[in-house]
Amino acid sequence: MLTVPKRRLLLSAGAAAGAVAAPAGAGFAIRSAIGANHAAPASGHGGPHGVSGMAGDNIVVGVVDHARNGFDPHAILTDWDVGTVVTDPDGTRVREWVVTAVDTEVEIAPEVMFPAWTFDGRIPGPTLRCTEGEKLRIIFQNGSAHPHTMHFHGIHSWRMDGVPYAGLAQPGERFVYEFEAKPFGCHLYHCHALPLKRHIHKGMYGAFIVDPDPARHPEARGAAESRLLGSARNAAWQEIMLCMNGFDTNFDEENEVYAVNTVAFAYQQRPIRVERQRRLRIYLINITEFDPINSFHLHGNFFDYYDHGTTLTPTLRTVDTIMQCQGQRGILEIDWSEHEPGIYMFHAHQSEFAELGWMSHFEVV
Amino acid sequence: MAPDAGPAVASAALPATRPAPWRTAGWLTLPLVVLAAILALLILGRPLERLTEGAPPVEQVTVERTRLDPGLITLSVRADGSQPVRIAQVQVDGAYRSFTIDPPGPVDRLGTARITIPYPWVDGEAHQIVLVTSTGVTFEHAIEVARATPRWDVPTLWLLATVGLLLGVAPVATGLLAYPGLAALSAAGLRFVLAVTVGLLGYLFLDTLGEGLEQAGGTLDRLRAQAAVWVTMLISAGALTMIGRRGGRAPEGAALAAFIALGIGLHNLGEGLAVGAAIAAGEAALATFLVIGFTIHNVSEGFGIAAPLVGRRPRPLTFVGLAALAGLPAVPGVWIGAQAVSPFWVAICLGIGAGAILQVILEVLALIARRDGPSALTAPSSLGGIGAGLAVMYLTALFV
Repeated sequence: MLTVPKRRLLLSAGAAAGAVAAPAGAGFAIRSAIGANHAAPASGHGGPHGVSGMAGDNIVVGVVDHARNGFDPHAILTDWDVGTVVTDPDGTRVREWVVTAVDTEVEIAPEVMFPAWTFDGRIPGPTLRCTEGEKLRIIFQNGSAHPHTMHFHGIHSWRMDGVPYAGLAQPGERFVYEFEAKPFGCHLYHCHALPLKRHIHKGMYGAFIVDPDPARHPEARGAAESRLLGSARNAAWQEIMLCMNGFDTNFDEENEVYAVNTVAFAYQQRPIRVERQRRLRIYLINITEFDPINSFHLHGNFFDYYDHGTTLTPTLRTVDTIMQCQGQRGILEIDWSEHEPGIYMFHAHQSEFAELGWMSHFEVV
Repeated sequence: MAPDAGPAVASAALPATRPAPWRTAGWLTLPLVVLAAILALLILGRPLERLTEGAPPVEQVTVERTRLDPGLITLSVRADGSQPVRIAQVQVDGAYRSFTIDPPGPVDRLGTARITIPYPWVDGEAHQIVLVTSTGVTFEHAIEVARATPRWDVPTLWLLATVGLLLGVAPVATGLLAYPGLAALSAAGLRFVLAVTVGLLGYLFLDTLGEGLEQAGGTLDRLRAQAAVWVTMLISAGALTMIGRRGGRAPEGAALAAFIALGIGLHNLGEGLAVGAAIAAGEAALATFLVIGFTIHNVSEGFGIAAPLVGRRPRPLTFVGLAALAGLPAVPGVWIGAQAVSPFWVAICLGIGAGAILQVILEVLALIARRDGPSALTAPSSLGGIGAGLAVMYLTALFV
């Protein structure tokens, strides 16, 4: 059964490559793909539809109004929120954010509205990014009609854990979380109010990224620097955040829509642009509710994987598929320098999730 | 409500001396005026606003028809709810698929739309469709065995017509061949045969009504299709009785036989729909069994039609006409059923059929009572005959 979509993909990827790349190489790709498929109706999948035609008929109909949603999944890829650095009266330097819980409707697939609970009106919430060892302060205001918390995955006191008995903010109230940024890695925060499943699948989660402090890692200074936002080494990288999530629109405890960064098929309708010269680092987080695991599978390339991002050497080398349980996350590092420009698919390797929205493309240029 | 209220008031207020006609008309229109005022208050004054504001929308969608063409699934859907329903996305076999909806946009309350989904459905396999509305509510529809919907072309129509002739006309004509045998019976024997007719009609009545109610169960609640089946059954029984007795006399002989044939014909239309739907639903493997079963089952219908003709010296052409009237409706039944029609209209059709059968049951009972006196209805030969008719129909139904 799997051969049919793969052939179709090969065929259309070849055709799409023809649209974006040097004609010579692309021509070969198209010929070989057609040869493999014995397909006369090549135009049915490829060329005329451009990038959107690549999916065959496994698509959602229409486009999501990102302006009405108040966020764009393409912007969410890279909109690191570093907050503001303030100096307390005692002279302590503190990185500070204000995050507000908001009830809102989110268009998760064209015309499908989801009654969401959010941080700052978006799903995932703001991507909080800081550096190992910094003092952090998150001023959490609850503008929702329900009690909420911000539970950070990190090392901190029980008082700052953001659970029903420590750090719960009632509607209209606020709570201030304070802790040190540690350990470095790719983490997340989410609401831990009860009932937990409901508070998570309604949309209350976001990325929490702690960059390593190179000074603390002399043995792997280069690797640490490449992760440190704003450093010269980091500028040689392209970095994106992908949050794998799902939406149970009819509240039957099963997801009707799967996605990365909320909007079904967003990166299939419009691929993520990747430059060959710069390596790609993905901060990947799984917060999918109801399903025990989610996964990430890349086409045409392999990558190194750092589980939780808490190491500077890979925990898995040269893999093209990794899986994460709910709350698990990690860092992927991908090298495209040897690749032919074109469209490369990535998706959950649970075919079910892929066909229900967690299907995406890189456009390698 | 208003038409009921009007006459009730009028009859209660009917005085010994008639008032002026305009006064009567005034009283009759008063309830209508009050009703209009109440509706205006509800719609313009919005006294229930506090109850409904912020309430989540209620949505209902049913798939009334499914059509499968090569590489294409077409659904006819009907919507209901507190506001028009927007079908936002469509899943087939757990995957979002491209589709078009005609007319585009939301489907009005009780409105219909056609959803066309290009899909490489697999012959003989099951497919699951989920319609996702703009509020995220899902409506599931199963295609249990995918088979191409029969096309409306001459060879197919002819094949389906053959099915209809085999299950409708052939058995009824076969049953009518018993006429000479029936004509030789004594008066008591004839009464028994008429009672058997009542029994078999009784079975057909229950079967038709039951099928109608079952079809009605598959429609939107607000169409009140089950009530509609009962109402159409009673109206058609009443109307046919009125037509049958329009000369002031109860139908007998050829006329009664014609009414029995009509009732049975409407029943066979229903059977045709069932067989056609079975073929369309991919149960064609059962078609031979269905036709064999219905053929055995329907032979007894011929006896029933022949019974009132005993002692009337009917012409041969009469038999041909009766066989056609009772059997031919199965042909359009199969045609329509194979195209998968709206269950609501099938239910209404079966309601009319049940009413037609009820009418002839009453007329045959009346015939027995006129011939042999009312006490004959409870005589052992009558009750035994009715029981035998019911039993024969039930037992032959096991072949279907």
